[in-house]
Amino acid sequence: MEPVEQIVPLNWYIVLCTFLFCIGVMGVLFRRNAIIILMCIEIMLNSVNLLLVSFSAYTGNSDGQVFVFFTMVVAAAEVAVGLALMMSIYRNIGSTDIDVLNKLKW
Amino acid sequence: MSQLLFYILSALTVISALVVVFAKHPMYSVLSLIVCFFTIAGHYILLNAQFLAITHIIVYAGAIMVLFLFVVMLLNLNRETEPHKSPKLKFAATISAGMLFLILIAALKSTTLEKFSFPPPSTNGMIQHVGQRLFTDYLLPFEISSILFLSAMIGAVVLAKKEKH
Repeated sequence: MEPVEQIVPLNWYIVLCTFLFCIGVMGVLFRRNAIIILMCIEIMLNSVNLLLVSFSAYTGNSDGQVFVFFTMVVAAAEVAVGLALMMSIYRNIGSTDIDVLNKLKW
Repeated sequence: MSQLLFYILSALTVISALVVVFAKHPMYSVLSLIVCFFTIAGHYILLNAQFLAITHIIVYAGAIMVLFLFVVMLLNLNRETEPHKSPKLKFAATISAGMLFLILIAALKSTTLEKFSFPPPSTNGMIQHVGQRLFTDYLLPFEISSILFLSAMIGAVVLAKKEKH
């Protein structure tokens, strides 16, 4: 695949990633279903990944891309364990509503 | 051309991310999250990170989203069982996320990014270059991440296993 020429300013990528991150934050605050909260955390992780890749492309340094690779690895492990926890919670409580999980609340 | 693609991909990314947050049915959230991940892979290709784009599609669309879909179907989540917050809390969540966005944009305004000019097209993101970096400079983290995967796998099996009574 031929390399693409960059003609989009870096600032636009920063604004896009900030907006995506804020959508993720809003989802975490907004929703009560724990699975959708996990998905919003994925959006936040991806926005940071996109920012790392854009800085890596604009500085000509590939360290950022290797870092994104490791972030993906950690995100995959996190989702596997998180969904296993959801299954276990659903089996014990019968719902994935986070407002039901208030036993540890002060 | 590449600018137009950036606009289209960004609009799709933002719209699908908003659908993830606002969809009433959990299945629609999962499906639009898949769209969101594919558009982010498109952004990676625009940024000359071809290896990451392919890895992103394989890992996210291939593994993580299948896992999410599987769990949503297994738990039989639908519109009726979907819990909802009160309108007051929803308003507060929207306002606080908007304020976070404003603060981050204000911080961006006060920084200078002039030294990041448009780079020449590079092959830094090709699998040859990234693989070389991974297996020379980043060999130890690469091997440690395999141990992390193993422990996550064992942890997931132990957590999801049915307890004997």
